[in-house]
Amino acid sequence: MSAKKIVRVAGAQGFWGDWLEAPRRQAEGGPVDYLMLDYLAEVTMSILQKQKERDPNAGYARDFVGAMESVLGGVADRGIKVIANAGGVNPEACAAAVLEMAKARGAAGKLRVGVVTGDNLLPRIDELLAAGHELKNMDTGEPLSVVRDRVIAANAYIGSVPIVEALTKGANVVITGRSTDTALTMAPLRYEFGWKADDWNTLAAGIIAGHIIECGAQASGGNCLYEWRSIENLADVGYPIVEGNADGSFVVTKHPNTGGRVSVQTVTEQLVYEMGDPHAYITPDVVADFTSIRLEADGPNRVRVFGIRGKPATDKLKVSIAYRSGYKAVGSLVYAWPDALEKAQLADRVLRERLDRLGLKFEQVLSEFVGANATHGPLAGPDAGKHAPEVQYRIGVRDADKKKVERFSREIVPLVLNGPPSVTGFAGGRPKTEEIVAYWPALIDKTVVQTKVTVLQ
Amino acid sequence: MKVRLLDIAHARSGDKGDTANVGLIALKPEWYAPIAKYVTRDAVAAHFKGVITGGVDRYELPNLLALNFLLHGALDGGGTLSLKTDAQGKVFSTALLRLVVDIPDAEAKALAMPPATEMQ
Repeated sequence: MSAKKIVRVAGAQGFWGDWLEAPRRQAEGGPVDYLMLDYLAEVTMSILQKQKERDPNAGYARDFVGAMESVLGGVADRGIKVIANAGGVNPEACAAAVLEMAKARGAAGKLRVGVVTGDNLLPRIDELLAAGHELKNMDTGEPLSVVRDRVIAANAYIGSVPIVEALTKGANVVITGRSTDTALTMAPLRYEFGWKADDWNTLAAGIIAGHIIECGAQASGGNCLYEWRSIENLADVGYPIVEGNADGSFVVTKHPNTGGRVSVQTVTEQLVYEMGDPHAYITPDVVADFTSIRLEADGPNRVRVFGIRGKPATDKLKVSIAYRSGYKAVGSLVYAWPDALEKAQLADRVLRERLDRLGLKFEQVLSEFVGANATHGPLAGPDAGKHAPEVQYRIGVRDADKKKVERFSREIVPLVLNGPPSVTGFAGGRPKTEEIVAYWPALIDKTVVQTKVTVLQ
Repeated sequence: MKVRLLDIAHARSGDKGDTANVGLIALKPEWYAPIAKYVTRDAVAAHFKGVITGGVDRYELPNLLALNFLLHGALDGGGTLSLKTDAQGKVFSTALLRLVVDIPDAEAKALAMPPATEMQ
């Protein structure tokens, strides 16, 4: 070890669906110690739970197996370690698929896969409710009993402790279920630097490092509004890398000879993304204070982050619960110049009148005119879209009754021949009726959730 | 002097349930103070009247030259329930940048803030 140890954690996926090239580019573009892959958004667990119901070997982010294949050389031969919450609701099956892939590629025995379980509370819900854990909705205050019979997934957000445990047990790949996005970055820093459970400032720094790289290129020039025209070579965008120090300070950078940009502004935009109360960013390990963060340019495509303070963690864990909540369908048609918006508005009136005559009332009906008001509503001004060369008419409905939603979906395409003129863009035909899986955030006592770590080879 | 936020700040927005957050960041360090002074909770609530159904929370992050706004009831139920094109509040950022605030002439001129022009 050199006098000043630096640990490099590279963000390689920001969500399930992110750029398939990113993991390989992060592993091969320059020195890294860890690859961090975040796959889980709020509703992802419920999608995975549905897949597992159909196939007991499914229920994890399948993209991860391909990602592991693309970085196998780096992990098997160059000592790069991988931390991912790709396990979804079936981390064991995810680990088995990764090990099978490694075996097929002649790397049997090179991977030691740490599997973190214990976050899945679905089998325990009735036991927990009976024991007095109400699992109230954090937003509305309603008790879970209101939707209990429609719950299809329930997972506690777990922190860095079991990931550190897996690394300590020698894992070079760690697969979790519903761990927090930020723990995937903080855990390897904590493991490497030996941060203690009450080192609040360094733990908070690790969490903020995680927040910066958890959305992939959103910290390195992607989706960046500041001087966006001058951000070079997004086609070749470099994903963000944290170079962590023992004292909690770190540098955000990207590999040389990649596109995009790392600057105080690109990092700041990511810091404020999905922010709540900046004084209290609550995680299982620590409460981080975003008002303590200091940023400073440290050469081209390098930003130094320091001064971060944290406060003791709470005694609760957040729980992500998914429940069935009715159906929706959204359809659209495109109207062309002249008077595109007026034609689209007439189509909306005609369609709504037909729905009325059919006696169809919905819990929610929403009409938007893309090209006029879909993104900024009335803020776009009274003349918005008036002279647009085309306007997309987009209408959606939501209801508990699937039949009503299906009936609605048949009323859109007929407008092509029996509504206002200059209409096109209906190639998709009838919109499909989708079941809605809604999100129920809750809290639970930490002591209730016991994680388990197994290392497989 | 009328000043449009688009000319003095940048922004990013996201969602948590039915709440959209907008982080508003001063383009120049010296513009943070007037932004913090004149982009009040009331001004933002009035701007989004008729667009959101709930209230507005406001936080200051002088260390990042930023304000954070929480716009409640912004997303038609939020997440998978929402029928909106922008179900995840991704472009409330630029919607906030449409806001025009009134800054005393002397203060705006001393800080070389650009006056709002007619918007296209």
